[in-house]
Amino acid sequence: MFFNFVDELRAAGIPASFKEHLVLLEALDKDVIEQTPEAFYYLSRATFVKDEGLLDRFDQVFNKVFKGLLTSYGQNPVDIPEDWLKAVAEKFLTPEEMAEIEKLGSWEEIMETLKKRLEEQEKRHQGGNKWIGTGGTSPYGNSGYNPEGVRIGGESKHKRALKVWEKREFQNLDNTRELGTRNIKIALRRLRRFAREGHLDELDIEGTIDGTARQGWLDIRMRAERRNAVKVLLFLDVGGSMDPFIKLVEELFSAASAEFKNLEFFYFHNCLYEGVWKDNKRRWSERTQTWDILHKYGHDYKVIFVGDAAMSPYEITHPGGSVEHFNEESGQVWMQRLAHVYPATVWINPVPEKQWSYSQSTKIIKELVGGNMYPLTLQGLDDAMRELTRKKH
Amino acid sequence: MARFEGTANYVATDDLKVAVNAAVLLRRPLLVKGEPGTGKTVLAHEIAKATGAPLIEWNVKSTTKAQQGLYEYDAVARLRDGQLGDERVHDIANYIKKGKLWEAFTSPQLPVLLIDEIDKADIEFPNDLLQELDRMSFDVYETRERIAAKERPIVVITSNNEKELPDAFLRRCFFHYIKFPDRDTMQAIIDVHFPGIQKTLVSKAMDVFYEVREVPGLKKKPSTSELLDWLKLLLNEDMPLDVLQNKDPAKAIPPLHGALLKNEQDVMLFERLAFMARRQN
Repeated sequence: MFFNFVDELRAAGIPASFKEHLVLLEALDKDVIEQTPEAFYYLSRATFVKDEGLLDRFDQVFNKVFKGLLTSYGQNPVDIPEDWLKAVAEKFLTPEEMAEIEKLGSWEEIMETLKKRLEEQEKRHQGGNKWIGTGGTSPYGNSGYNPEGVRIGGESKHKRALKVWEKREFQNLDNTRELGTRNIKIALRRLRRFAREGHLDELDIEGTIDGTARQGWLDIRMRAERRNAVKVLLFLDVGGSMDPFIKLVEELFSAASAEFKNLEFFYFHNCLYEGVWKDNKRRWSERTQTWDILHKYGHDYKVIFVGDAAMSPYEITHPGGSVEHFNEESGQVWMQRLAHVYPATVWINPVPEKQWSYSQSTKIIKELVGGNMYPLTLQGLDDAMRELTRKKH
Repeated sequence: MARFEGTANYVATDDLKVAVNAAVLLRRPLLVKGEPGTGKTVLAHEIAKATGAPLIEWNVKSTTKAQQGLYEYDAVARLRDGQLGDERVHDIANYIKKGKLWEAFTSPQLPVLLIDEIDKADIEFPNDLLQELDRMSFDVYETRERIAAKERPIVVITSNNEKELPDAFLRRCFFHYIKFPDRDTMQAIIDVHFPGIQKTLVSKAMDVFYEVREVPGLKKKPSTSELLDWLKLLLNEDMPLDVLQNKDPAKAIPPLHGALLKNEQDVMLFERLAFMARRQN
């Protein structure tokens, strides 16, 4: 049962396994749900999807697999009053068009078709009622009428009364793309610094033996436990010459967000100036002051820049050099400030290392981050992480 | 066992009901995620109430170990007792402290076990609990006994998405994402909490509430629980209706905003917006 469904889910990148399939069958067997399409949708969603970022994808697959199967299932077609149909037809067809229809076939025949189409609308959904009520936004559209038959918006997906899974309410959650990030993940693990921080909750055996020997009585020593205490600020270059690398950068980012507890990311364009932003769509309305960042995050944060560092040298060295706005202080000043606050700073450059020497700005940036520029390769990441780990704040 | 249909003071959406019933009937853990304040933890309380089961809460912190949920062997106390020549030292069982899972497995009445904020703990934490949650049994090595659940308890796990959970763990759970309630659901929630509340007040308050949520750059968006607190305050203060209706931009900050905005930067943001609105006029 539903093998096709599971296959489609897997094809869409939802990690549906045999185990989950069995759970779904077991749940159906035990009559967990009432036999309605909605309940089945909810149940299969709770079974297969374990990450809200995948909910939207699930909705799409569900729609694809069960389209047409569920509409005729368990629901009574709507009875549409004859006079209403007539009214609708009159509203949307000009008298000339009506005459033409009548020429082509009997009025009854056309009404029959129209009725059938309308019955395809889902009865239970409220949208169906609205659809009738708000005649102003015509579901028929311009092509609502066609001499070869009455075609109604029912064919087109977005004009139909939407089912739950067709609303795609979780669309905006799907920002986690983690494809092919395994390699990067391995390298980023280097960043986990097993600093001993936190409560003293582990018995320090060596210390205890030592203390006991010295004191002459049992002297128990405790120590803090190992855990991942790496804090990271990530600055991503977006737009402009960076666009070919966006995909690579996104992969790096999605890998990084899973690795650290304390991870903050910001976007910038070409060079760091007085403001950065968190949401690229709102880059002008929602800026974060770079000063705020310098003040807010402590010296122990490790800073990773990701960008191609390819720009006009003036964008770094001169006030007002930015291509997007007038910057009162040069990018250089800001880079120096940042490097001063965060000794552990690296720049990861997606451009192949061979090409760096051709661009003057790359050289300047490399100097500004203390020579710590690395290519976006496994080896380069490895080196970058080692550099960050090496530096004690 | 009766189906979960929400309770007198908890509004459950259809998808939530299906997920809960699946988890309860199949006795698999239910993993609940969602924005803070959408009622993840409360859900476990309500399931317990609805099924008449006792609730065992395990609040996970960053230092929590999986082993602590099973049992802890207090070696330090035993060492100390050994030094003092205490009689108890001969029985190792005296130094075994039961964890929440143990409690849940041996509870005389079928319990609901809540593992709250599982993502707070170390990344390996969920993996360490795989076997125990799967088989509902574990071994106590010190005393060589096996603790097994007579009946699988109902397990509710909440997560705030601070860390990714391992696939092997996820595969064993049902999942539900509580999305932020839309207006209708919110209305139902308010009706449950404040029966007989003035309709116009609620509608005005919701207008303000959803407006506040829409403000870009807010550090912490107010959630359901905050709206409820705020309403309670408004009722207590007998706030006249026109204060909420007040569209005077100089007063862009809603009355008693302390209940909605929990971050001084957010309050400042609002003040700035108010200031800008004033300047525009």
